[in-house]
Amino acid sequence: MPTAEKTLDEILTLAAAHFKVPREKLSPDDDFFKTLGIDSLQALDLLTKLENHFRVELPDYELQGVTDFRTLAGKIQIRL
Amino acid sequence: MRQFQGQTLSWDLHDGIIELTLHREPLNEISSSTLEELEKFVTSLDALSQDSHALILHCSLKSGFCAGADLRQLYGWIQEYGQSEVANHARQYLERIHAVMNALDAAPLTTIAAVHGVTFGGGFELALTCDLIIADKLARFCFPELRLGLIPSFGGIPRLKRDLGNAVVRDLLLTGRSFNTTKAQQIGLVSQVVGEGEVLRAARATAKQIGKFDPTTAVLAKRFIKPIPLDELRKEIDVFCELLPRPAVQAGLKKFVESTDAQPYLP
Repeated sequence: MPTAEKTLDEILTLAAAHFKVPREKLSPDDDFFKTLGIDSLQALDLLTKLENHFRVELPDYELQGVTDFRTLAGKIQIRL
Repeated sequence: MRQFQGQTLSWDLHDGIIELTLHREPLNEISSSTLEELEKFVTSLDALSQDSHALILHCSLKSGFCAGADLRQLYGWIQEYGQSEVANHARQYLERIHAVMNALDAAPLTTIAAVHGVTFGGGFELALTCDLIIADKLARFCFPELRLGLIPSFGGIPRLKRDLGNAVVRDLLLTGRSFNTTKAQQIGLVSQVVGEGEVLRAARATAKQIGKFDPTTAVLAKRFIKPIPLDELRKEIDVFCELLPRPAVQAGLKKFVESTDAQPYLP
């Protein structure tokens, strides 16, 4: 199982690549809606990308109110 | 009418394949205008099917296949008709929607839903009328209706139960969660998964292959294996109309349609 730090790093890298944002502009505690400039539909794309990458299933109701990468990583980590 | 260009959708018949394309911004919310054009399409379907063997149902918008029913319109009906009359109005609308969905379900050709991105609620129900679903890797499926105090009402519950069984319906319906294409293929909902942006190409290749078969055999095989669950479809309309007038539904819809957050209101 990857460490929590590695999971978080992979999420940041994947989000940067998918939304074409420089990786160095993303920080763990950023509000990803604001930093990536995305809406809820694009957030669903990110969720799907993450599920495919980590091979997990993450019910979207668990992400209600989650807006930062670190909390998102924590939700994924407990399913790895 | 071999070709049609409407406000919410268009169709074109070419080389024995009908392509029905949804294109109502922002995400093909199914409204009265969509319904009118779908009715126009199913009225033309008998004539179209004389020269075709397959129908591809897809969406040309980048953000997804279809977000489902137009909830702003539904909320507007509650405002306009009040709690005492809204169920009657909704019932008339649902009778028309079900007639369209049943016609698509029983269409005398092989039907393929080519979906990507958001395939929610009524959009999911539309895809479920098709014989095959081919999905992009980023497609997501969901019945979010219970989160607003309702049930799906365009025939989704009986069709999903017909195709996959009761346990899958309960999971999706009672949690309101969405699931991705990988899961959809695992449970047998999706027949093919393709890369981003490739879904229409894959659907066309499949439709071309289907064209090699005897059309009469294909139609008879479909009728044999894909009965329309008419009794349950009737009950679905009844349950929806019973739920709709409740104040909790009105309150939930109000919060949803008035939300301006990046994450819209959903309990």
